[in-house]
Amino acid sequence: MTATLFRRADVPALPTPTDPSAPPTAGAPRARPGLGRPLGVGLVGLWLSLIVLLPLAALTVTSFDEGWSGFWDAVTAPVALASLRVTVGVSVVVALVNAVLGTLIAWVLVRDDFRGKRFVDALIDLPFALPTIVASIVLLSLYGPSSPLGIHLNATRPGLLVALAFVTLPFVVRSVQPVLIEADREVEEAAASLGASGWTTFRRIVLPTLAPAVISGTGLSFARAIGEYGSVVLIGGNIPRQTQVASQYIQQQIEIDRPVNAAAVSVALLAIAFATLFVLRLAASRSQRREEASA
Amino acid sequence: MRRRNAVAVTGALSAGVLALSACAGGSSDTVGAAADAGGAAKTTLQLYAYSAPKVGYDKVIPAFTRTAAGKGVQFEQSYGPSGDQSRKVEAGAPADFVNFSVEPDITRLVDAGLVAKDWNANQYKGIPFGSVVTIVVRKGNPKGIRDWDDLLEPGVEVVTPNPFSSGSAKWNLLAPYSAKSNGGKDQAAGLAYIDKLVTGHVKVQPKSAREATETFLQGTGDVLLSYENEALFAERSGDPVQHVTPPTTFKIENPVAVLSKSKNLAKAKAFDDYLFTPEAQKLFAEAGFRPVDQTVATEFATDFPAPQKLWTIDDLGGWKTVDGTLFKKETGSIALIYDKATQ
Repeated sequence: MTATLFRRADVPALPTPTDPSAPPTAGAPRARPGLGRPLGVGLVGLWLSLIVLLPLAALTVTSFDEGWSGFWDAVTAPVALASLRVTVGVSVVVALVNAVLGTLIAWVLVRDDFRGKRFVDALIDLPFALPTIVASIVLLSLYGPSSPLGIHLNATRPGLLVALAFVTLPFVVRSVQPVLIEADREVEEAAASLGASGWTTFRRIVLPTLAPAVISGTGLSFARAIGEYGSVVLIGGNIPRQTQVASQYIQQQIEIDRPVNAAAVSVALLAIAFATLFVLRLAASRSQRREEASA
Repeated sequence: MRRRNAVAVTGALSAGVLALSACAGGSSDTVGAAADAGGAAKTTLQLYAYSAPKVGYDKVIPAFTRTAAGKGVQFEQSYGPSGDQSRKVEAGAPADFVNFSVEPDITRLVDAGLVAKDWNANQYKGIPFGSVVTIVVRKGNPKGIRDWDDLLEPGVEVVTPNPFSSGSAKWNLLAPYSAKSNGGKDQAAGLAYIDKLVTGHVKVQPKSAREATETFLQGTGDVLLSYENEALFAERSGDPVQHVTPPTTFKIENPVAVLSKSKNLAKAKAFDDYLFTPEAQKLFAEAGFRPVDQTVATEFATDFPAPQKLWTIDDLGGWKTVDGTLFKKETGSIALIYDKATQ
């Protein structure tokens, strides 16, 4: 990020990468003026500390206000555990659904031509632009107690699922789409002309190219889903042990004046999100390396 | 050499950033001061209240601003769970006037030095209106709920807010508790009822009376425990519910107080006084709250039928005793029942 920034500023003659999903330094010469790097690193360090690291450190300190046993009790209280279980369970399902359907949507948007394609393409970003509470109201009026469709998902886990699928829709689509646009179709045609079936071509040629993008999109949608609050607040029902997600549990603990419980569950949620993103990053970069090695 | 230079530049830059943020702080202070100076012409009162009385203030505030004392007064209103609101004000929320569901939420501010010790010195003890605890059921009362015992029938799900955040929840639990314990004389019987109710029939934990009503109206549960005014509000808005006032129930008294460090103390006090005038009392009564002014109360007697037996907080020894023995976090008997059932 900083490298790109300063390369652009200091050496404008260098071509800028057109594909945002490509690693910024790949293939570009590493030489840059000595001034740029420490300044950039210093700024990034300062900014990240103020915005991310300090608040997270403060949160972690709060969660240990009553010592390690207080933290452990707070996280393992049955209702807290249940909320974490519901959150992770529903989020995993949503992430998997996104992995499959998101890739499919990206495929259709890139490879197929149909009327209204640009409209559909713009529609994908709507869940990003919409305040999540609006999503909740929309879903409640459609699937709530006065549902015009006669479908009642209010205060059920399928209700949570639909809400989370709605807000996480863009992640996989938007990470797979550019890769698919860049992908070399001649390789697929070559595979087909050599007698590979459609499925084999997909499995051996297309999937390996898309895998890093699918994995990172899935990871992002999982991370977003476990932290989601606004879209589930109305349709979720907030029933402890059944549909109460971790963010709602945290909110409730704040309201009943138990900040330590809230902070402890927040830290647990944070750890899950961080671990997930870290593992998926490893997996994505490994499959990318494999892809590059075979190319 | 270059490297050292770079470090110096980084240092200078971060110093610059710090200076900049310091500037930002300074300028925002000035803005605040300017707003204060402008406030002389127009007063803004910050009202922090529990979740239910919004319907009352929606009538009373416009009427107050039409009086001589209320001319030019604007209100910024914040409604939420009583306990939560009280803790926010304690933590520094800029309130001028508070209205909580239960007295301990005001006592918290007295202890913090924010409300004068004699806040309840007027003839109504600082309580401009009240209500009674009622049982709200679905239209037609399909489960045939009449009295407290009916709530313990198998398959009846009860919606009541969480007593650690909501004042309404405390009143809701005190009603069957006093009915079963004969006004606190037989504690064990009262607690046995609460234990059965909370452990076996309460599934959701809304944060406030208002959220509990919303949850119930969205289809959760068979029974909602609530203020009579909240029940009347739902019925008058055309929601398919009705309320049953059990023969023995509890008198709800919702106190108000002026913050002693309020920047608009005179106006806040004028508003406080206005709430007890017959005019304001009538407006509260029309909004479903039981007035404390005797003449107005007689006038609205048909709207607010008297239950056979109405226990009061004084019968149980006052809020200090009740909060200490029943609701105190980690030691109160009802708090323990709740913790056992919800953790």
